[in-house]
Amino acid sequence: MIAALHLSPGQVVASLALVAVAVLVSIWQRADLARDIAVATVRSFIQLTAIGYLIKVIFEQNNLVFVIALLATMVLFGAFTARQRARRVPHAFWPLLLALALAGSTTLLLVVALGVFKPQARYLVPVGGMVIGNAMTAAAVALNRLGDDVADGAAQIEATLALGATASEAIRPLLRRSLRSDMIPLIDSTKTTGLIFFPGTMVGMLLAGAAPIDAVRLQLVLLYVLLGSVALAALTAVHLAYRNFFTEAHQLRELAQPHA
Amino acid sequence: MLFSLRDVTYGRGGRVILSALSVELREGMTALVGPSGAGKSTLLRLLNRPADPDIGTVEDRGRDVRDYDVLELRREVVLVPQLPALLPGSVAQNVSYGPRLCGRPCKLEKALRLAGLDGKFAERAAQQLSVGEQQRVMLARALALEPNVLLLDEPTAALDERSRDAVERTLLDLHERLSAALIIVTHDQAQARRLGERVLVLDGGRIQGHPRAIPA
Repeated sequence: MIAALHLSPGQVVASLALVAVAVLVSIWQRADLARDIAVATVRSFIQLTAIGYLIKVIFEQNNLVFVIALLATMVLFGAFTARQRARRVPHAFWPLLLALALAGSTTLLLVVALGVFKPQARYLVPVGGMVIGNAMTAAAVALNRLGDDVADGAAQIEATLALGATASEAIRPLLRRSLRSDMIPLIDSTKTTGLIFFPGTMVGMLLAGAAPIDAVRLQLVLLYVLLGSVALAALTAVHLAYRNFFTEAHQLRELAQPHA
Repeated sequence: MLFSLRDVTYGRGGRVILSALSVELREGMTALVGPSGAGKSTLLRLLNRPADPDIGTVEDRGRDVRDYDVLELRREVVLVPQLPALLPGSVAQNVSYGPRLCGRPCKLEKALRLAGLDGKFAERAAQQLSVGEQQRVMLARALALEPNVLLLDEPTAALDERSRDAVERTLLDLHERLSAALIIVTHDQAQARRLGERVLVLDGGRIQGHPRAIPA
């Protein structure tokens, strides 16, 4: 049993000391980051506090309908947010929405079916939130990369189409490259975990007083869950989205200009 | 008639490139000449269908190109773009790419020979060739499909004089040996006269004057 770690509001405020140092360094170096750091600090405080109270209510209710509603809302906002980063991909919202929904639901169903976690709010909400958040980043990065690659490789795609290749055949090398560039950082960080850095869940559990082996086991479960769900999200997003670059007649559409 | 364009208007990025263009292209070797931005490359694109006109129709032997299976059309009417855009891999992999897509055997050596390349090129890495050699591999890749029509967009634009003369000789040789029709886009009027049985002048998205037949 883990002893709960209680932090007072004063202790949270004290942790801002390091943020203040970063702001001072930014001003000193004229890096023009002070405002962004301030916005990020305030937003994270408000958002996490709000979600903390919301989760408290959902934990107390322990009703799966509330859990599903919360995770569905996260999927929706995740798809909206990721779309902003994949502006060069036409109609990226639906592929992103489906990718996040599929990654989140498949992961949770699997961990519950395998008996890793019980189907209770206190497990499904944090694991689901983590999966959806990471899947969002992975899908957005994969689509962003794909958009840039299609713009850079338009001549090669059209030259391949001109030989009678389908859209799928012409874009396949780019899909492969996009997925690889998306997955390699996560695979590398999974390889080095425990050697170069301690992942967040394990740190949280150790701070909360859990036994190290329990912390490691939970961290391993979450690492494997993340690896699978992130791959699933990126794979789904690029395979659904690439079609939007082409017309029915396997013609490459005019691409949107990148935004500054 | 090989191709008939009727009242074709095409624009891209808010700019009208072809404006109510009507023109007929016959079998044989046709050179399409005009300044940069005249719409020559766009016209070729409408024949191989990486693009369709906004208004008007393009017919291939009396039938709207949109009525053909687009993939089959592109294997019959093959476009060789202006800039080499080869796939990573060997010359052989590039040349056999088109036939492999449609499950046909590839006559690799024949395609290389027709494009003026030695069979030894087959195993060389495509990305490490000179621009002139890459241009010839692009031509070999198109010829491997044994097309009825070959569309060549500025096939010598990136080449020096010597390589240009060699490619021109290859094209004239191709025309004699193959039954395929050749439509060559060039900004060089002298080259158009050297290569084309007929020369069409395109400027400002319209045909200027009448097609000129070059005396034999």
